[in-house]
Amino acid sequence: MAPQSIISLTDLVKTFPVGNGEFTALNRVNLTIDVGEFTGLVGPSGSGKTTLLNIIGSLDCPTQGEAHVLGKSVSTLTAREAAELRNNHIGFIFQSYNLLPVYTVFENVEFALLLQGIPTAKRRTMVMEALEWVGLTDKEKSKPSQLSGGESQRVAIARAMVKKPAIVLADEPSANLDAANSHHILQTMVKLNEQLKTTFIFATHDEKVMQYLRRIIHLQDGAIVRDETIGEG
Amino acid sequence: MLLLKTAFKNILGGGMRTWLNVAVLSFTFVIIVWFNGITDGWVQESRQETIAWETGDGQFWMPEYDRYDVFTLPDAHAPIPNGYREGMAKGDLMPVLVVQGTVYPGGGRVMNIQLKGIPAGQTAVKLPTQGLADREEISALVGKRMARSAGLQEGDYVMVRWRDRWGAFDARQIRIAGVFDSKVPAVDTGQLWLDIEDLQQMTGMDGEATYLILSVGTEVPVDSGWVFKSLAYLTADLDEMLAANRIEMVILFIILLSVALLAVFDTQTLSIFRRQKEIGTYVALGMTQKRVATLFTLEGTAYSLLAIVVGAIWGTPVLLWQAKVGMPMPDLIEETGIAIGNVIYPIYTFTAILWTILVIVFSSALISYWPARKITKQNIVLSLKGKIL
Repeated sequence: MAPQSIISLTDLVKTFPVGNGEFTALNRVNLTIDVGEFTGLVGPSGSGKTTLLNIIGSLDCPTQGEAHVLGKSVSTLTAREAAELRNNHIGFIFQSYNLLPVYTVFENVEFALLLQGIPTAKRRTMVMEALEWVGLTDKEKSKPSQLSGGESQRVAIARAMVKKPAIVLADEPSANLDAANSHHILQTMVKLNEQLKTTFIFATHDEKVMQYLRRIIHLQDGAIVRDETIGEG
Repeated sequence: MLLLKTAFKNILGGGMRTWLNVAVLSFTFVIIVWFNGITDGWVQESRQETIAWETGDGQFWMPEYDRYDVFTLPDAHAPIPNGYREGMAKGDLMPVLVVQGTVYPGGGRVMNIQLKGIPAGQTAVKLPTQGLADREEISALVGKRMARSAGLQEGDYVMVRWRDRWGAFDARQIRIAGVFDSKVPAVDTGQLWLDIEDLQQMTGMDGEATYLILSVGTEVPVDSGWVFKSLAYLTADLDEMLAANRIEMVILFIILLSVALLAVFDTQTLSIFRRQKEIGTYVALGMTQKRVATLFTLEGTAYSLLAIVVGAIWGTPVLLWQAKVGMPMPDLIEETGIAIGNVIYPIYTFTAILWTILVIVFSSALISYWPARKITKQNIVLSLKGKIL
């Protein structure tokens, strides 16, 4: 069966005003990502990988071109439609975890489900399942301030995965972690990718992350310079 | 509901900053309720006392009488029209005769006063006129203010001089039958109360009066030639004075509330800058920026809701205790001419408390929305990185 495209970018351009001129963050990017891919956007700082991730996540709009995510054009989505897309289909993992500080681990993971209006009992089951995926069931009552960096990032992964989204966007997820923790969270994500067929897209320049990627898209100065698929094993 | 729960959770997680805001707001809430209670207590007491001691349910003035114009007094007496006789017989109407006079309280002092005659057996007002029933000699009642300024005591004799209906001076010693304690200066300061029959006899104004007091709770009789002055007219001065006082109270409320809301505004403004990543995270998790702005507005509003709960917890016993023991007024207050007691007992009405709650909640919502509305225009990509300054 032919792979099903989940993200399609056509002649994507993104510019930002800088002083009197403008900075081109993405320059005519054409890209298709299929369901279940474990892909990385790789490149130096300023290459446009985070900008690309933000557009895919409907947090930002392209200046020109088309970005279709799950069949929806990001440019034409209203604020509410974009929020619904993120809430229902996209999970985010950030470099600095972005956990809500006054919430417990359980509540942080639960929050996305609350937005979806899922009933309490079902919510609890889903949260505990997500915490089990990342091995943090014993920390459900802890506050983010009581967690290590690795644990915080695992909570962030649980929060992104709890709603079983079609796409998870991870922006430098291992940047604040040591090698052991980096491998741990990546192994977790690989496992979830395999189990749930979730499409993972990373923005990274971390060699440790690249070891796990099955497709690496190299960006430089806002353009794709190389798109390589890594062989099995 | 989710937003409200989240807002409460966020502010409860805010620690000391939250409790400082709540403390300031709850203090403001209790103080405003207390001030309102004091004002309402004063207003109610002033009106009740004025009605009970001075105005009754209204008055019929003989046409020449004007209580604000002392020059009308020499002509402000006339035979009571027959149409009012039935009401007088039933005790619904009480005649009062007002005549200008002078007292010589001793020590070479002279004081211009009003001699007021009222039936000794009257029940229309609270003046203890039964003390005037002694027919053996002419006696008078004075209020405590008058007694103090003239140095009079019960049992004293004081020289009183007046003009009779023909303008001739007359004078005699009058015994002070009693000193009454009234909160209404208008029945006290510069006045001597006599039995109306004595005064009519002294002035040759037999069967005459200046005005009639309508007993509380009786129907206004048909017009028989004298001018009816309603309670609203008679208490207009009091109402104006109280309205002016209300304005002062409102200004004080605004100042108090502004200080408290400044704390909320400061917290909200700081929050929006300090919690950039959190704002971005909410959006990434699936909230619209508008909804996040609503969440932050609710957080500011939640301070006031929490403050009302906290204020109710510590304020209720304090306010109830105050309602029981009252608030003592300084002695000098009696000299202001306002009907006010030595102690004011606050009255807390449901409406006043509800209004206070609504004002606090609405104004804190407004003051929270002001900085929070900026969230809708924020660049979320920068927010997520905490790069907005």
